Amino acid sequence: MDKLNVSSSPHIRGGRSTQNIMLDVLIALLPCVIAGTVFFGFRALLVVAVTAASAVLAEYVSRIVMKREQTAQDLSALVSGVILGLILPADCPLIIAAFGSVVAIVVVKQMFGGIGQNFANPACTARIVLLISFSGVSQFSKTVYMADAVTSATPLAAGKGAYSLLDLFIGNTPGCVGETCAAAILLGFVYLLARKVVTPTVTLAYLGSAAVMALICGQDVPYQLLSGGLLFGAVFMATDYATSPVTFVGKLIFGIGCGIITILIRVYASLPEGVSYAILLMNIISPRLDDIYYARPLGAGKGAAK
Amino acid sequence: MEQAVFPKKPYSGRGGAKTPHFKNTCGRESISVPLPGMIVLPVQQHIGAPCVPCVKAGDRVLVGQVIADTTAFVSAPVHSSVSGTVKKIARIRMPNGSPCDAVFIEPDGLQELSPDIKPPEVNDRESLLKAVRASGCVGLGGAGFPTHVKLNVTPDKADTLIVNGAECEPYITCDHREILENSWNIMSGLYTLQELLGFRRVIIGVENNKPDAIELLESIAESETYDPHDRIKVLKLRTNYPQGAEKVLVRSCTGRTVPAGKLPLDAGCVVINITTLSFIADYLKTGVPLIKKRITVDGSAVGMRGNYIVPVGVPITNVLDFCKVKNAEKVLMGGPMMGVAVSDLSTPVLKQNNAILAFSGKDAEIPPETACINCGRCITSCPMRLQPVRIQRAAARKDVAELEKLGVMNCIECGCCTYNCPAKRYITQQMRVAKAILRESKQK
Repeated sequence: MDKLNVSSSPHIRGGRSTQNIMLDVLIALLPCVIAGTVFFGFRALLVVAVTAASAVLAEYVSRIVMKREQTAQDLSALVSGVILGLILPADCPLIIAAFGSVVAIVVVKQMFGGIGQNFANPACTARIVLLISFSGVSQFSKTVYMADAVTSATPLAAGKGAYSLLDLFIGNTPGCVGETCAAAILLGFVYLLARKVVTPTVTLAYLGSAAVMALICGQDVPYQLLSGGLLFGAVFMATDYATSPVTFVGKLIFGIGCGIITILIRVYASLPEGVSYAILLMNIISPRLDDIYYARPLGAGKGAAK
Repeated sequence: MEQAVFPKKPYSGRGGAKTPHFKNTCGRESISVPLPGMIVLPVQQHIGAPCVPCVKAGDRVLVGQVIADTTAFVSAPVHSSVSGTVKKIARIRMPNGSPCDAVFIEPDGLQELSPDIKPPEVNDRESLLKAVRASGCVGLGGAGFPTHVKLNVTPDKADTLIVNGAECEPYITCDHREILENSWNIMSGLYTLQELLGFRRVIIGVENNKPDAIELLESIAESETYDPHDRIKVLKLRTNYPQGAEKVLVRSCTGRTVPAGKLPLDAGCVVINITTLSFIADYLKTGVPLIKKRITVDGSAVGMRGNYIVPVGVPITNVLDFCKVKNAEKVLMGGPMMGVAVSDLSTPVLKQNNAILAFSGKDAEIPPETACINCGRCITSCPMRLQPVRIQRAAARKDVAELEKLGVMNCIECGCCTYNCPAKRYITQQMRVAKAILRESKQK
């Protein structure tokens, strides 16, 4: 009894850990993985498996090379890998998919100090890199349930009316592996909310501002919300802890900014999709968004005792 | 006086932590701890001016005799908890690291009472405050603020007395036991304070995980005979740490907000711990000053968990031996959320102690710190609406202006941010560092 541990209070800790939060995100992503496999076939699952495995490997190796403590076990790299797989088309060449993971983990995440330190969303940035670097690779693929004769443009490119809202909701449209099935994404979102992994602020601000912006630009609101990567981005990418603000006001502005930029790109730019760019642009100003509002401590300013 | 208005249910608060309860010891009758070979009585067991010893080595002292006192207002005298001989007066280190003079007394085992012990005559505000000061009473919830200073209020300044029976810290059940074992004292204390100090209403706040205590207190508060003017009500509080923190409690019980940097009095409230109240009533009845304390002894290294009546000044090691503590690797004075980890087991039990917790194995480990993932849980869990993650970053770069802007001085060090942090970061510790940085910059 002569050696006692001493530390600053508190001396007990809650059950939440980085690892079990990341596990919750993986569970929330599961419906999207399943839906992607159902609609795009086994090849889709293979893409996700490759990006996931190469992301973890990239994290593991880079921590060793940098002589830092190992963080691959915290599952954050696995989450980035799975998300990247879900925002690639099912027929994406596997070597390119793996390269995307390396970019996401090594360049975007580890070079800035690893988990929590990266200012840009790894999966989102990697997708943009792939999009620009390999323009020959298709940006979407057809689902297995579609006849060859059917148009193979994405709902966004084909424009309003090409696909029914029901098809958009269940995911039977051309697109990326995890982005098409709105039902699966919403299921994941509900799980994240129930487990208190995320607050609804960013997602709702994103979807809400996108809806208003679509209305202003004369677009069909439900069609815009359900097509492309908007829903997936709003639920799984814009809510990333490290690259979004921590304060409520910051989150609100972040989400609204994402929504406005997404629709502006969709309507006025010559890009196939605006979600990744919107999130990346807002990522960059995210640290400053927290400085807009200093929460008043309890009892300071308004609301203090009469 | 007009009829008092009471809230039907507690006002909602913000943040906090879903800590486990671990109220293992609430069903056990309190046991007295035998006298040790030496009693150590620090001359400062309260917030405020330290006392000066008024005995010297070789003196014989009796139970309840004043051994240290001062003329300073914010202070409380120290009484001997035993009869015996003063061996020496020496400097010891308090659990928080500060040095303090202490009177070492060797008990003779006779426990001869001092002739000074007689019930005080109390019939108005002044005589009550004088008696409370003479009793050596300090806030027994843990802070140790001299009670007579806190009670020095007039009805136009404070209309509400809040009795703190929340006991939100895990493990600790000593207030709960006090309610069950000494309800007569609590009742008499309630009336004395309400009548002599002229409070319009008295709210007893108890967390709803103590149904038997609530039932007992309600039998006092709802009774026609005991509470004819309906001035006292029990308020069942949501069990949510830190419900018992003064500012949180004022908000839950009255809906009022204590202004930043001010006291509950600035919101018209006086908050008093339920054991303190019970002690005052006991003192008015018997005249025995604050010389013993009920403490909860619990934790994974404790063989005989329970509540113990311990004379003030008994070294912790004697209490641990009596409670069959084996291989303790971490010993806390106070609860697991705000208690202090002691480095030296010869440290004595102080007046304001309410628990000694001893842990071994996994419970004693300090989890390794990992990188912040920016999740914002520290912000949502802060009952004071601070932004710990930003304060921590500002503290790391010693940005005094930013710390000021973020209001770090409002931190009550409740530990919710650290408890909820998935990266296991030592946030509360860094909040203390941040406060120190700000304090230092102001001194320059």
